[in-house]
Amino acid sequence: MISDDFSESRARRTLTAGGRILRALSMDGPLTGALAAIIAISFLVVYSASGQNLNVMEHHLANLGVAVTAMMFIARFATPQYLRLFAPIAYALGIVLLIVVDFTGHVGKGAQRWLDIGFIRFQPSEIMKLAVPMVCAWYMHERAQPPTFKDLLILVLLIAIPTALIVKQPDLGTALLIATSGLIVILLAGLQVWIILASIPVIAGAAWAGWHFMHEYQRQRVLTFLNPQNDPLGTGYHIIQSQIAIGSGGVFGKGYMNGSQAQLEFLPERSTDFIFAVIGEEFGLLGQLLVLILYGLIIGRALYMAMQGQDTFARLTGGAIALSFFVYVFVNSGMVSGILPVVGVPLPLISYGGTSMVTLLAGFGILMSLHSHRKLVGS
Amino acid sequence: MKKRPAEADTAAARSFRWRAALVLALVLICAAGLSVRALELQWLDHGFLSKQGDDRTMRVAKIVAHRGAITDRNGEPLALSTPVDTVWVNPQELDDRIDEVPKLAKALKQDPQSLVRRVTSNLDREFLYLARHMPPEQAARVKALGIPGVYLLREYRRYYPAGEVSGHIVGFTTVDDQGQEGLELGFDQLLDGENGAKRVIQDLYGRSVQNVESIRAPRPGRDLTTSIDLRIQYLAYRELKSAMKEYRAHAGSVVVLDVDTGEVLAMVNQPSYNPNDRDQIKAGLYRNRAVTDILEPGSSIKPFVIAAALESGQYHSDSVVDTSPGFLKVGNKVFDDEHPLGSIDIATILAKSSNVGMLKIALSLKPEQIWHTLNALGFGQVTGSGYPGESAGMLSNYSHWRPIGIATLSHGYGLSVTPLQLAHAYATVGAGGIERPVSFERVNAGVAGQQVIPRSVASSLLQLMEAVVTAEGATGKRAAVVGYRVAGKTGTAWKSSAGGYSTDKYMAVFGGVVPASHPKLATVVVIDEPSGGQYHGGDVAAPVFSSVMTGALRLMDVPPDDLQNVPATTLVQSNDTP
Repeated sequence: MISDDFSESRARRTLTAGGRILRALSMDGPLTGALAAIIAISFLVVYSASGQNLNVMEHHLANLGVAVTAMMFIARFATPQYLRLFAPIAYALGIVLLIVVDFTGHVGKGAQRWLDIGFIRFQPSEIMKLAVPMVCAWYMHERAQPPTFKDLLILVLLIAIPTALIVKQPDLGTALLIATSGLIVILLAGLQVWIILASIPVIAGAAWAGWHFMHEYQRQRVLTFLNPQNDPLGTGYHIIQSQIAIGSGGVFGKGYMNGSQAQLEFLPERSTDFIFAVIGEEFGLLGQLLVLILYGLIIGRALYMAMQGQDTFARLTGGAIALSFFVYVFVNSGMVSGILPVVGVPLPLISYGGTSMVTLLAGFGILMSLHSHRKLVGS
Repeated sequence: MKKRPAEADTAAARSFRWRAALVLALVLICAAGLSVRALELQWLDHGFLSKQGDDRTMRVAKIVAHRGAITDRNGEPLALSTPVDTVWVNPQELDDRIDEVPKLAKALKQDPQSLVRRVTSNLDREFLYLARHMPPEQAARVKALGIPGVYLLREYRRYYPAGEVSGHIVGFTTVDDQGQEGLELGFDQLLDGENGAKRVIQDLYGRSVQNVESIRAPRPGRDLTTSIDLRIQYLAYRELKSAMKEYRAHAGSVVVLDVDTGEVLAMVNQPSYNPNDRDQIKAGLYRNRAVTDILEPGSSIKPFVIAAALESGQYHSDSVVDTSPGFLKVGNKVFDDEHPLGSIDIATILAKSSNVGMLKIALSLKPEQIWHTLNALGFGQVTGSGYPGESAGMLSNYSHWRPIGIATLSHGYGLSVTPLQLAHAYATVGAGGIERPVSFERVNAGVAGQQVIPRSVASSLLQLMEAVVTAEGATGKRAAVVGYRVAGKTGTAWKSSAGGYSTDKYMAVFGGVVPASHPKLATVVVIDEPSGGQYHGGDVAAPVFSSVMTGALRLMDVPPDDLQNVPATTLVQSNDTP
């Protein structure tokens, strides 16, 4: 090293230059950094978990390209005004597509989720992951907080319609996640404490009723979650295998591409829903904690950005995006670690496949747009 | 400097921030839950879960030890373990590519439709044999098709290159490569290797991915070099088989022993079987009759009763016995010769196979003497060859003998022998009275043996037995071997059956040694139930003896000892061979 001063100042200059570019792109520096780190980890782990399959990597990269483009486009050009305008349109479009899918959709793994529009195949439920919280925020934007009873009913309806359509596909996991993202908006919009308390028995009742409307395999999943050893070769297999993979990794892990459970295919769905177990096995406790900390940074930064929102729409949308992201992380890692039942939810930004990465990065694009297009005092 | 955004410090914003903080607390609780769970799995339960993981991937795999080969005395292979590949399939994996099955069926030489049926009707299984024990290069072609779900499994298969020719003596192994019959069983401990073990990592589909460590190295089985000379074995096989056909016999055996060493040079039986074809493995076919089956030797026992007579000192090689009037009554049974022979010497008694002469000699001897000699020659005892399932035959103790018993014994009834025992006794006489243990293993050093009858008796007896082949009107003339002197004896015995002796089923026997001046080979030929009209040992068994010995003596480069009796044309022919 020639001179500490020199290199430090150069580093500062570089950072400043980077910051300037990001600002010009309306992107948030800390959030972009954390997202980039998580995505880098994703490529590393998917390469290992897919059994070093280059086709998978290519596809993953293509997904990332679309997702990053969407994020950058939204962050730069989708100003809050456009977003507010777009929210109900996206919602309506999503509902229409869900209805179309329910009647004509592609059957993948026994469920109708995919819509094929020639050049691209996607799940309309992905649109709803963003459209539902946005439409709730849009509805609450000009109204008084906390919501009145009538507002509350309308909000519940706005959430319930897409949820029911997605349940019908059937895709209970996604339906629950979407309902949750809408409920988060209601919660952030200032729901009174007594309603929260009162809703507990209502939810319990709904759960009881839901049990009777569930598909047999969905009931099995719940029962298996409660005691996986009941059926170790059948429905309990996923949970047992993923816990073995994680636990056998130990504190330091078995090393990159050395996870015997993952590499030898004992771990099911290793590059998609159970990729968190691959991280646990190959990188150990430390690797898992690093990933969780990165997620924490993303969520924390996203919440901070949401809290700085200047209007209801920005705050509610931002908060819902941040918290939904958290719910995805928690549901997936909780499922893989065996503290939540098995729900077909990928680990956000790390799991391979699907259109979820596009939705997620588009969500962060919205967050960045809302944050960077604030009216600044004195400017 | 970064500019502070304008704070819209409304009640709504305050309320929102409060709620966000609450939500953040919830988030932290969940994160803590995840972290605690991670600690629990990866730290507290790490040992248990690690073991569970190893239980799924670590396996102890067998390293199959190679079973030793069996060869003839010159290294020609008789039994070999060769690597083969078994083709198996995971029907669940193949199901997606069911259109590939016809290609697979073609490579396996199986019917495409039935293969598709087999695969589709076993979709609940993950392992299905498609073809067992395929030649590796053929299996490699199947694998090279690259059809998913098709795998190979390395196994060893026992091949018997000589097939039927050595089928009886070599025996065969079980599917698990353990000796089941014959030398495969008798020398199983030598041939059998000890499987090794290794620890391997297997994937979900049971494929070994990596060897972790060797637990125990396999100990390959040792090779067995047998005493068999495959060339003589083949000759004996061929001659016996054609005799079986010619005389329409029920069964037959040929045993060829090396007089100098006691080694079994050839041992064949009919009917035979091919040990490479498991469908042919049936007790009636694979039984090594030369060792396991007993027969009453009939007249072929006579030389050994004469040996007792000579050993007693009461008779000499030129003693004369009066056999008139051609029959003799012992107890209430009359024994006779086919033609009255008058006063004849012992050589003639053997040459013409005189029952009356044998009777007179036997009855004049002490029973103890006869028993002693027969016992010394190995009758009534297993030869000690170690061959599995060997029969001891039967020779009752002389204390139970009455005159009628001695009378029948003198021409080969009332005792039973195996063809191997009979050949062994001829070999002992041929070796000058020295008994050498029968060996199925090649003997490299000279075998001292044990003098069981006096040398003088043995050499006298050999001379007497030459008359069987050479004398005018002798029974064994067809046993003659051009260029060599043969000493032997014919035998034609009624077969015993329920309630007495059958008068139309015979056992035709010829036993002898060659060359008589310095015996090298002792051979017994047994033809069971010849039914083509001819049934005498001299007519049915003697020609087989002659043709097998003619070839064997030449193969073994035994110098001729009877050149003066060779017709000139024959001499030219025999010199013709390179």
